[in-house]
Amino acid sequence: MSTPVIGVLALQGDVREHLIALAAADAIAREVRRPEELADVDALVIPGGESTTMSKLALLFGLMEPVRERVRAGMPVYGTCAGMIMLADKILDGRDDQETVGGIDMTVRRNAFGRQNESFESGVAFDGLGEEPVHGVFIRAPWVEAVGAGVQVLAELPAADGPDSRIVAVRQGNLLATSFHPELTGDHRVHEYFVRMVESAGR
Amino acid sequence: MSTTPITADQPQIGTARVKRGMAEQLKGGVIMDVVNAEQAKIAEDAGAVAVMALERVPADIRKDGGVARMSDPNMIEEIIAAVSIPVMAKSRIGHFVEAQILQSLGVDYIDESEVLTPADEVNHSDKFAFTTPFVCGATNLGEALRRIAEGAAMIRSKGEAGTGNVVEAVRHLRQIKNEIARLRGYDNNELYAAAKELRAPYELVKEVAELGKLPVVLFSAGGVATPADAALMRQLGAEGVFVGSGIFKSGDPAKRAAAIVKATTFYDDPKIIADASRNLGEAMVGINCDTLPESERYANRGW
Repeated sequence: MSTPVIGVLALQGDVREHLIALAAADAIAREVRRPEELADVDALVIPGGESTTMSKLALLFGLMEPVRERVRAGMPVYGTCAGMIMLADKILDGRDDQETVGGIDMTVRRNAFGRQNESFESGVAFDGLGEEPVHGVFIRAPWVEAVGAGVQVLAELPAADGPDSRIVAVRQGNLLATSFHPELTGDHRVHEYFVRMVESAGR
Repeated sequence: MSTTPITADQPQIGTARVKRGMAEQLKGGVIMDVVNAEQAKIAEDAGAVAVMALERVPADIRKDGGVARMSDPNMIEEIIAAVSIPVMAKSRIGHFVEAQILQSLGVDYIDESEVLTPADEVNHSDKFAFTTPFVCGATNLGEALRRIAEGAAMIRSKGEAGTGNVVEAVRHLRQIKNEIARLRGYDNNELYAAAKELRAPYELVKEVAELGKLPVVLFSAGGVATPADAALMRQLGAEGVFVGSGIFKSGDPAKRAAAIVKATTFYDDPKIIADASRNLGEAMVGINCDTLPESERYANRGW
């Protein structure tokens, strides 16, 4: 496959940082705000942002269904933070009318790590990315509360208040999601991982 | 930015990356002034990325006069409870105790705002002393960099709040963008003098010259009243907009709020902005800024 073209859903959020990270990971990156722009990309990143706003705009401007169709057809998608929420089949603490793209058989709790005062940076051991932890930036971040049998857990953090751990990165087929924002750190390994997913999906 | 190694055993809160990163998530969005839980819900329904909780919108502060202060904690808590999106609130310039209170209430961002009556005519608050990030207003690049040097994690143009007149927001945003563009053309020798002229730390001036943008997110505020105003500020380089009195001082707040959200995302698509501008009812009346006496210009507050 030639260099993959990866879109970043540009309705709202930290689009620019994802475009930079994808370019650094040797993909061709471009913004997607319209259905016809979606048709031109091999894969999609759903950035961090405000998931309620993103979901509303995706419905309003006719992107929700086309993205769902592409997901069903196997298009690789990577979602960070709000993007993780968008990829969840089920969400908790969302708005009652909040729709998602879905695709990953998981339940995600919105703002699970707390408000901005609780936002944090932490090293994250990420399955498949070697010994060195990924630099995770968690901002009013969600976590994955439950996953179905087909979902691979790639990273967990120890819970602050007990022996449990919190799932913060998952993969199901061609779909990847993280609670945190690798695009804010200059550590592009998660984006490289996604570009490899896109390349093998295209083969 | 912190260079401390990041490990799973010691998560760090309140870092520059976490504070600035929060503002990155708001980009392309609209932050709306609200004075009660009901308005906060209307804003959230319309697609706001955050709300600014305050007792009176700037247009009413102008009308009522007197000293404008931080809002009642009860009212801020009601708004926090009513919506799931981030909640910001304003402290007076230099009133670090109001800021401490806002942090203890759990607001997501503190606006050290010239819309309230300044509490200190020499010093702004030390924003590094807080876990909660701060947004501050600026009329030019030097002012923006002085606020960032004090720890601000987001900058907004000041504009002239409560007027429904976008002219000052345009002036301030153009000023900031022009000064950044000028720095881009300077060689290293010239940056020292530029820093002196801007009255800003050399390191920040050098960083801006290299990046070609502020090291933090830049929004526009002060006088945005229509979808076209919001799109104008975006086309001039604002990464998002604050809308104060413009929404809830208009005829149909819910409709106008949703329209401004659409125009902010599709700021470069006149057809969508035209559709968003249809049948919005009455806009806020507005004030001509050149008839405002100097003493009533909020943008002159702060330095």
